Amino acid sequence: MKYLMLVCRDPSIELTPERRRTIGPEVQGWVQEMDGRGVRLQGQELAGAQDATTIRVRGGEVVIADGPFAETKELIAGFDVLECADLDEAMEVAAKHPVARLGALELRPFAEG
Amino acid sequence: MTQDATPAIEEAFTEEWGRIVAALIRRTRDWDLAEDCAQQAFAEAARRWPGEGVPRQPGAWLMTVARNRAIDRLRYERMRDARLREAAALIDDRSEDEEAAELGDDSGIEDERLRLMFTCCHPAILLEGRVALTLRALAGLTTTEIANAFVIPEPTMAKRLVRAKHKIEHAGIPYRVPPAHLLPERTSGLLAVLYLMFNEGYAASTGDELIRVDLCAEAIRLARLLNRLMPDEPETGGLLALLLFQHSRREARTDPAGDVITLEDQDRSRWKRSEIDQANAILDVAVRGNAIGPYQVQALIAACHANAPHAGAIDWPRIADLYERLLEVTANPLVKLNHAVAVGMATGPEDALALVGQLEASGDLRDYHLLHATRADFLRRLGRNSEAADGYRAALDLARTEPERRYLIKRLQELGTGPASAQAGGP
Repeated sequence: MKYLMLVCRDPSIELTPERRRTIGPEVQGWVQEMDGRGVRLQGQELAGAQDATTIRVRGGEVVIADGPFAETKELIAGFDVLECADLDEAMEVAAKHPVARLGALELRPFAEG
Repeated sequence: MTQDATPAIEEAFTEEWGRIVAALIRRTRDWDLAEDCAQQAFAEAARRWPGEGVPRQPGAWLMTVARNRAIDRLRYERMRDARLREAAALIDDRSEDEEAAELGDDSGIEDERLRLMFTCCHPAILLEGRVALTLRALAGLTTTEIANAFVIPEPTMAKRLVRAKHKIEHAGIPYRVPPAHLLPERTSGLLAVLYLMFNEGYAASTGDELIRVDLCAEAIRLARLLNRLMPDEPETGGLLALLLFQHSRREARTDPAGDVITLEDQDRSRWKRSEIDQANAILDVAVRGNAIGPYQVQALIAACHANAPHAGAIDWPRIADLYERLLEVTANPLVKLNHAVAVGMATGPEDALALVGQLEASGDLRDYHLLHATRADFLRRLGRNSEAADGYRAALDLARTEPERRYLIKRLQELGTGPASAQAGGP
């Protein structure tokens, strides 16, 4: 079972300078562990939402917007693609991600077929 | 000749519905198919048993019919697919026997209802969906019955059920009893669903009962089943005993006008003795498991009330101790309030007032009328009548139901004052 895991930061949770230093290595540790287990197929940290460009085609016109398509409190900071036995395993993997304590992780199952 | 097969069908329904649905889901992973086929099996029983007689093993008979219906459906679907893709028919040439084997024979296999229960109560499903799905898949209630029980429109309930089943099928929710490292947490989640179901029935029991399924009875039935399926988990016995104690008082809880009668003022002769005896026996077994938990403690508290010959004989010091134990595992402010009440009965209103004061300072139950009513009760017992009246009036402002308001007005009248004096004395 494949899942897209969206890694979302909650900007209202302030990071202490100390936490800012440790979060990177912590995420690296998580990546290593999950790569080792074979549950993480790929993943990537993303640039901020302010650098996003949103494209829509309406009535044959390409409409371009500067910014993300939806304004949400949580910012998508990255993603991982997981291959897990089931949702229980994916939930366990997500709960271990350091950002789970600083925001939220959304698990989206791949559609079958 | 025909016989009345209704009791046999009802009994089989209670015992076999969940079993059939669970077995079919495991084999087909198709929740709707499983429910449809189980329903068809019972419809066929209703048609044939009156004439042909009740089979010697009703469960096996029903399971066979349901399984055959499932095989027919799957074969039909396969054929339809095959027409669409002719090539598929060439590859898929399994015999009927193989198909039957795939759907399996359930005699002697572990009870699959446990697997079904844990799946229905998976924490990734919305809580209300867990409750509804458990009632549908395990208790066999129809969507209409569940919607009526929760007093919500049927389409809303139908959507809730569809959403829960869809999530199970598409999000990778495993169909299983959780492995050991997840079991304690998932078991307490399952117990919470049953307790919620019971409380929903408890709260709703003054409404229009004619069209309503008794959720309390359903929750007890499921708790009984769970206790049988997980005999090594003392909390399942704890929950079952707790529900039985609470349910045994159902006829004494309200007066003819529908007003709530407090525990101490209830007519104990209207409590169901046989249910209390049963609850005591179940609780005895559970606490011997030496793994005390919140449901066992709550059941022990309920037992103190149930087993006292009259209200004056209630062992309040023991109840206060039990609440203290409960507070070790839960920080629930309502438990703190009940603890204060027990302390008030055990050692006197001064100690209790101190505890209520702490609770008030925390602000947790500021808008809860019973916090103010409880404080007022203690003040009244200390003879501080005007402070007590203020407390009852504060409670009256917050009480939401008419019976609660009537109760508080009665207390104010006993103090020789009325509800209006708050306004009169106000700015």
